[in-house]
Amino acid sequence: MGTVPSALKHCLSYQHLLKEQLWIGEPAAPPPASLHAGQESQASGLPEYVKIVEVGPRDGLQNEKVIVPTDIKIELINRLSRTGLPAIEVTSFVSSKWVPQHSWDHQGRASRKMADHNEVMRGIERHPGVQYPVLTPNLQGFHSAIAAGATEVSVFGAASESFSRMNINCSIEESIEKFEEVAKSARNMNIPVRGYVSCALGCPYEGNIVPAKVAEVSKRLYSMGCYEISLGDTIGVGTPGSMKRMLEAVMKEIPLSALAVHCHDTYGQALANILTAVQMGVAVVDSSVAGLGGCPYAKGATGNVATEDVVYMLNGLGINTGVNLYTVMEAGNFICTALNKKTNSKVAQASFNTGPIK
Amino acid sequence: NVVPTAVKINLINMLSETGLQVIEATSFVSPKWVPQMADHTEVMQGINKLPGVSYPVLTPNLKGFQAAVAAGAKEVSIFGAASELFTKKNINCSIAESLERFGEVMTAARAASIPVRGYVSCVLGCPYEGKISAAKVAEVSKKMYSMGCYEISLGDTIGIGTPGSMKEMLTAVMKEVPVGALAVHCHDTYGQALANILVALQMGVSVVDASVAGLGGCPYAQGASGNVATEDVVYMLNGLGVHTGVDLQKLVDVGTFICNALNRRTNSKVSQASCRL
Repeated sequence: MGTVPSALKHCLSYQHLLKEQLWIGEPAAPPPASLHAGQESQASGLPEYVKIVEVGPRDGLQNEKVIVPTDIKIELINRLSRTGLPAIEVTSFVSSKWVPQHSWDHQGRASRKMADHNEVMRGIERHPGVQYPVLTPNLQGFHSAIAAGATEVSVFGAASESFSRMNINCSIEESIEKFEEVAKSARNMNIPVRGYVSCALGCPYEGNIVPAKVAEVSKRLYSMGCYEISLGDTIGVGTPGSMKRMLEAVMKEIPLSALAVHCHDTYGQALANILTAVQMGVAVVDSSVAGLGGCPYAKGATGNVATEDVVYMLNGLGINTGVNLYTVMEAGNFICTALNKKTNSKVAQASFNTGPIK
Repeated sequence: NVVPTAVKINLINMLSETGLQVIEATSFVSPKWVPQMADHTEVMQGINKLPGVSYPVLTPNLKGFQAAVAAGAKEVSIFGAASELFTKKNINCSIAESLERFGEVMTAARAASIPVRGYVSCVLGCPYEGKISAAKVAEVSKKMYSMGCYEISLGDTIGIGTPGSMKEMLTAVMKEVPVGALAVHCHDTYGQALANILVALQMGVSVVDASVAGLGGCPYAQGASGNVATEDVVYMLNGLGVHTGVDLQKLVDVGTFICNALNRRTNSKVSQASCRL
């Protein structure tokens, strides 16, 4: 396109540009308690508010090559606490005692990267109005989490038998039984439980996953008491087409307000998939600061979608998130510097390079 | 670092085999301004032109148009902008003056029965002016369409747009130009390209510009990406059940070829992912 010679040096810096644009401005205050996530009051049919669940410190760091020191994790979480994010998944209570340290399945990775779960849980600042859920794959993990001060937990199911066996060494049914134990204890202690369904749009072992299966597993998790079901496109193969079909099936079983999407950007489809979900009324979106967390199933490929890029899009749609994009970018910059890696967020990439090419 | 002519010709020939119907081959701009396109005549004369595939070229003025036709071009493109400042900085004149220049190209093209595609830059934001009004985009698009452009490609030049601003802009433009004559040219600088393209499709747009392997960075932000990757667009369209006629695997192979030749990594996530479903 065109020629861009010396004129470049006069162009606005991106910082200036971003400040001007509507979608980068200071976020509005979070909605009043009466307006829950998912309530449609925009003429466009989009939710007025979307809750962002930040999974960088757990899902993100668990899937990065480098093991991050505990103090860096705590600093990251503390910075994220100041961005307006309403929920930050902080760690995972997987026991390293039961898992061979050389194993490369989920348990192996999680136990190594999240071995400092107690220290993290006890070390972080707890900001009012911010939730700090943790993963608890079984009752033992749940008890450890509570002992360490957790006030919300998550359980991870899958819509694929093969994935369930390869990842947590048991069938879907067996995993549901374990989660039911957790859910029961959690209910007794008034601890909310979030349920994840992996492989919602495809499985690295089975390939295509039928929407009905996703709906079935989601319903099991919801019936046992999970307040929210996060539908995960674990290998990022989904597209707006498959997202729509899957959500239509799940929405027959679960109320919209209890649904979340957890999209991976492995095939670059995440934002388009999230847009589709939001257009259908989903009002909770998982994302990871700086797009931390690669795909363990495709070497060198990306995984989690970047929180910065999601917030940028939602801002542009006039959807309130309560999140300050600048402070998230700064947190992203912090952790990328600590990890000595480039950000996976395109918004951060474009914004931190101020001005034109020299 | 200019790409050797032979590599360019190879690239275009390989793209011709993927099912793509339109491949923008080169630019008949003075080499003084764009040295990377100095070999425009050799490229135009060297490529295999498959029947059913169009090979438009950029022609910023009458002189470029004449050189293009002499070299065998059968379709040309002209570049307008929705921003006065961008036009001034880029080609040193006002929007009105640029349209006058294009008028000369249009007259000559009509006489030679050569279709002309019009591009409008900065439709969702400008690196100099900042915010661009949808009304201005509609105005420039309308002018170019009235002048005889068969298609108007609306370019988010700095990739700053979101589905929100895309919708607003298209709503305004569609009042002046039929949707069948519209295309979107989204940049992925802020990762918004596929979401923006999706919105355009939902509004009835059915022509999408993209670049194999996401070639082409953003000249306005060092290190930032520019063009959206064709592979990623085709992947999404396939998933939506929208027919493109493009063989994705062949396209991925072309992307691999050019990235090897350029000694660079692809910007296509589809290509990057080795996961096979």
